[in-house]
Amino acid sequence: MCLAIPAKVISIDGSSALVSIEDVEYKASLLLLNDVKPGDFVMLHAGFAIQKVDAEEAAYTLQLLNDEEKHRPGSV
Amino acid sequence: MKYVDEYRKKELILSVSEKLKAISKKEIVLMEVCGGHTMAIHRFGLNSLLPATIKLVSGPGCPVCVSSQHFIDTAMAYSKLPGVIITTYGDLIRVPGSSTSLEKERANGSDIRIIYSVLESLEIAKANPDKKVVFLGIGFETTAPLTAAAILQAKKEAIANFFVLSAHKIMPPVMKALVSEGVKIDGFIAPGHVSAITGTAIYNDLATTCGLGVVVAGFEPVDMMQSILMLTSQIESGKPAVEIQYQRVVQPEGNKIAQNMLSEVFEFRDDRWRGLGIIPKSGLNIRDGLSSYDAEVQFNVSVPESTEPKGCICGQILRGLKTPVDCGLFGKKCTPSDPVGACMVSGEGTCATYYKYRS
Repeated sequence: MCLAIPAKVISIDGSSALVSIEDVEYKASLLLLNDVKPGDFVMLHAGFAIQKVDAEEAAYTLQLLNDEEKHRPGSV
Repeated sequence: MKYVDEYRKKELILSVSEKLKAISKKEIVLMEVCGGHTMAIHRFGLNSLLPATIKLVSGPGCPVCVSSQHFIDTAMAYSKLPGVIITTYGDLIRVPGSSTSLEKERANGSDIRIIYSVLESLEIAKANPDKKVVFLGIGFETTAPLTAAAILQAKKEAIANFFVLSAHKIMPPVMKALVSEGVKIDGFIAPGHVSAITGTAIYNDLATTCGLGVVVAGFEPVDMMQSILMLTSQIESGKPAVEIQYQRVVQPEGNKIAQNMLSEVFEFRDDRWRGLGIIPKSGLNIRDGLSSYDAEVQFNVSVPESTEPKGCICGQILRGLKTPVDCGLFGKKCTPSDPVGACMVSGEGTCATYYKYRS
């Protein structure tokens, strides 16, 4: 029920956006989110964008994990 | 898919698993509150990657599962009123009420429509000015703001034939209720998308007063494993705290616009949870100033005392006290195609998840 999927914003028309998930386009209401621009990723939940995906945080979290992985004893 | 595939990398999952096995000494119980997390754990077989010291139990975070029988029976009563169109998310349509389900009522001729977005209800209302459209509002803090936005939009567009039957609920009171009831939990894997709306302050009590770890988790296997690692590390070091693993989506302050809409439209009320009873201030009631959109105020129906199905242990499963395999009905009289209890209906219900991934 609380599922939300990352979707890329293609275009914005007033309080509504066209978003894309794996090349399939959906309409997303922007009634709950300000400052969205094309190219942003948003979490799509039941037809609404409920939060932006923070690209820097995403990269940082993965970087930390990947670094640890590389430094594991025995890994190449 | 971006922001999904990276978090499903086998090497990363295994590396976190090894780390977890290295640091875990105490026997601990972690509750994944959200049905979406239960699904992820079973879908990706994460239990097999945990050390024997860590036990995961499922919690009450499936809205369909915790909606009371009375709510379903009321929805059914509305669906039989002349000139009423019921709109609902798909999950709810097969939930058995005391005597029938919305699906059966639809087959009997009631106008019940499954929608993807609550805003479709407004379109249906505009296209059918002579009908009354009642949306069945279920869901936690993730979903309730959508309903709030729809009510405010209806007000803005002066749509007078749109109504909401609210069974919206919030998470913190039920999490606290489980703890004060004495359910053994050392830490919560907290719901990521609820927290994207609410922020993290709602969990502070659990860490400071109850001494429990709380980690807000994403829904991919790397997210889940990392969250379990963070919780285990907190518990092993004796420093329970509220932390965010799902930082790409959850900000400590949450989504202010959604929070403001929630408080503009709803107020807290004591609410009934299936199998758990009445929990103080755990439900969302439409405020008096917007009562022209409140189905409970606008429609007068008499609903007989609701009865819960005999033999169903949904209530104990929602508390993390039992698992579906402890139930005599599971897989026999109760299956996804012919469910007895709500936990078998919703795809993210604990029973439906266990059934789908049973070995």
